Amino acid sequence: MAFQQHKLGAAAIGGMLGLSMTITLMFPSFDFRSAESTWVGLDKSLSNGRVIGFSYEDPTVTGANKPITVILDKDPKTGEKIDPPMRAYVYEPGVPFAPAVRHPANTGPTVSQLSLSVGKMGEATEAQGAVFAINRGEVNGKDWDYIENLTALKGWTPADTLRAATDENTRYVGKGKTVYITEGCWWCHTLLPEQTQDWQIFGAPPMLGDFNGEMPTAFGSDRKAPDILHVASRNSSREWMDMHFFNPRLVQPNSIMPRFDYLWGETDAHGNKIDFDKWRTEYKEYRAGTRIYPPEIPEYAGNSEVRALVDWILTSLK
Amino acid sequence: MLIKYLFAKNEDIPAGSSSVFFGFSAIFWFVIGTGLGSFNAAKLAFPDWVTGSEMFAFGHMRQVHVLAVILGWISMAFAMTMMYMTPALGNTKLWSEKLGLWNAFIWNVGLSLGLFLLWMGITSGREYSDIIWPVDLAIMFGVLLPLGINVWMTIAHRRTQGIYITNWFFGACVFFIIVVFAVGQSPELFNLTGLTEAYMTFWFAHNVLGLWITPVAAAIAYYTIPKLTGNPLYSHRIGHLHFWSIIAFYSTPASHHLMSAPLPEWLKSFASVEGVLILIPAVAFVANILLTMKGKWSMFVENIETKFSITGVLLAIPLNMQGGFQQTRAINWYIHGTGWIVAHAHLALLGMSTFLEIAAVYFGLQQILRRKLYSLALANFHYWFVLIGFCIYWISMTIAGLIQGAGKIYEVPYIDVVVAEHPYMIARWVGGTMVFTGNLVWLYNMYMTAREGTVVPAGRYAHEMAYER
Repeated sequence: MAFQQHKLGAAAIGGMLGLSMTITLMFPSFDFRSAESTWVGLDKSLSNGRVIGFSYEDPTVTGANKPITVILDKDPKTGEKIDPPMRAYVYEPGVPFAPAVRHPANTGPTVSQLSLSVGKMGEATEAQGAVFAINRGEVNGKDWDYIENLTALKGWTPADTLRAATDENTRYVGKGKTVYITEGCWWCHTLLPEQTQDWQIFGAPPMLGDFNGEMPTAFGSDRKAPDILHVASRNSSREWMDMHFFNPRLVQPNSIMPRFDYLWGETDAHGNKIDFDKWRTEYKEYRAGTRIYPPEIPEYAGNSEVRALVDWILTSLK
Repeated sequence: MLIKYLFAKNEDIPAGSSSVFFGFSAIFWFVIGTGLGSFNAAKLAFPDWVTGSEMFAFGHMRQVHVLAVILGWISMAFAMTMMYMTPALGNTKLWSEKLGLWNAFIWNVGLSLGLFLLWMGITSGREYSDIIWPVDLAIMFGVLLPLGINVWMTIAHRRTQGIYITNWFFGACVFFIIVVFAVGQSPELFNLTGLTEAYMTFWFAHNVLGLWITPVAAAIAYYTIPKLTGNPLYSHRIGHLHFWSIIAFYSTPASHHLMSAPLPEWLKSFASVEGVLILIPAVAFVANILLTMKGKWSMFVENIETKFSITGVLLAIPLNMQGGFQQTRAINWYIHGTGWIVAHAHLALLGMSTFLEIAAVYFGLQQILRRKLYSLALANFHYWFVLIGFCIYWISMTIAGLIQGAGKIYEVPYIDVVVAEHPYMIARWVGGTMVFTGNLVWLYNMYMTAREGTVVPAGRYAHEMAYER
């Protein structure tokens, strides 16, 4: 056959798809690259760590090897009071750094420049660990948020910083977002108030630089439940969150959210085995009207998944 | 069974073996996928039904339902049709039956592994790309590439001068899906983050539909309808208009899924315009097939394969009318993220695409096995259960979506929307369960066809013969 139809066709198909990919992949990448990270973007990236979900450092997706966010009211080295309290991101030795640190270009041209020159971000090493914070600086008359390496600037070590924060001020944000991903919360809740009337109830839609260095963004597409990007601004009660996770019908009788009682694990805060069957029996009695109050929910342990999840919500979803 | 041919010599394997393997695997995954869908729907209607274990939590099963249907049922049904249509249209044999059998075997193993890990919560947390990247790479190189090689080599070794439109689609779409898969997984492989990751996720989600599911389903109809009715395709040129405009217009509007995210405005506007232009291939396809039916419309009633196929084509009309316009800013602000979109997604996958594939699997398995369908009554039961179940689902979710949209715009407290949606959630579960029941019957019917169906004599088509049962 002299005329090989499939050869001509293959070239035409490749050419058309190439053009399409140039427009829809290459051109937008220029816009994305020039986006400067906002405080929200830096906070998300630093508190989430390298990747949420399956990764080398966390192959079973349990939230291992994630940074810890702490709220500091005193200097870990000198013990001086810090007022107002500041937020710091503690990377213990061996914990992989966030994309914002590993690949500074992720945070945009100006922010990365500030982080490297003023914030000494480039001096941090994963082997030794580091403590990061977000500071504000001026370039050409405009204010920018940038990353500070406090290990280099102030000599704060990860161990000292963790010790300086109380348990209440230690927030397992990275692990909490991991739970959000594995439990599939984002199949019903979105993290994306829309650019329409949505902001009246759910708060401001995210800005261009709010996502830099976040992986995965997981803002969801199918809303069967309220948007939760700013949920902690509407409701910051840890007690309400705990009850709602254990059994949403305790605080919202018409909710269709699943029970997440299994996130409490086997044992409670005092090391006692949690008797779920007893709780369920008593809850049934309560629903049937033979019991006046619902049973108390168990107190969760400090290393439980629900602790991390509530930490993430109350710290990041403001 | 067919496993014995895995280590046979290629020339000893009967023609069509890989197609049969793929066909039964596809039906099996369809039963699994719709069963999970029904279970998930029940959990949305009755949240306290099965609780206390993460294995039965909605968030652990939702993605398994989606991917079992897309990668199990739909994609395997595609592979099944490619394995018998591509050689038939090239007047030749499949390039390698053995490769096809291994392809089906590895596909089943890989998909089971990927879905098991997802069920356990080992996920990448990216919608439609949830499967973790090592398994993704296995799917790309162990499943999609071998499928592509088999299809391309069969087309290259054809014994006809021209290439029929179905084979244009098959050859191009297997190439597209490999490219789309590679791009879609690149954020995980190269640690791309932020909006790039979000956009890539939906670039994949859009193009897996636009360059794989809808065009291949349409390509299947270009084969089955002329074959069943005996009419030649109305116009091969209109078929080519469909083919080339799919590549031009359907590969570009990915960002219309993210109309309310802070993506560049030029990109959203561009996607929106391209999204309306999807109507060009859509109208070309529907018109071409319906005109091919000229003089044979009685078969829409009398012949089960035609019935499925034409129902799928007719469902493409509301699908594309919705799809073309719902992504424009004028409409998207109201229905974005609501049950309307869920209804639309099921119209595409369970409506249009699935009906076309069911027809091709019915037709192909009877032809390859040389067995007449075991029971027309069961096949009709299957048709009506899937159709009525789908309609209940589609209508109830569309209404639920409009309620949600109104709730969003008029700032109704969300819990009131949940209460208002409750009846439709029950209807959704009823519809999904009907589809599942229909598919169970189908699996039984196909199994009995392979075992006890009347033998079709050489040179005859199964659909030309009368039913004996």
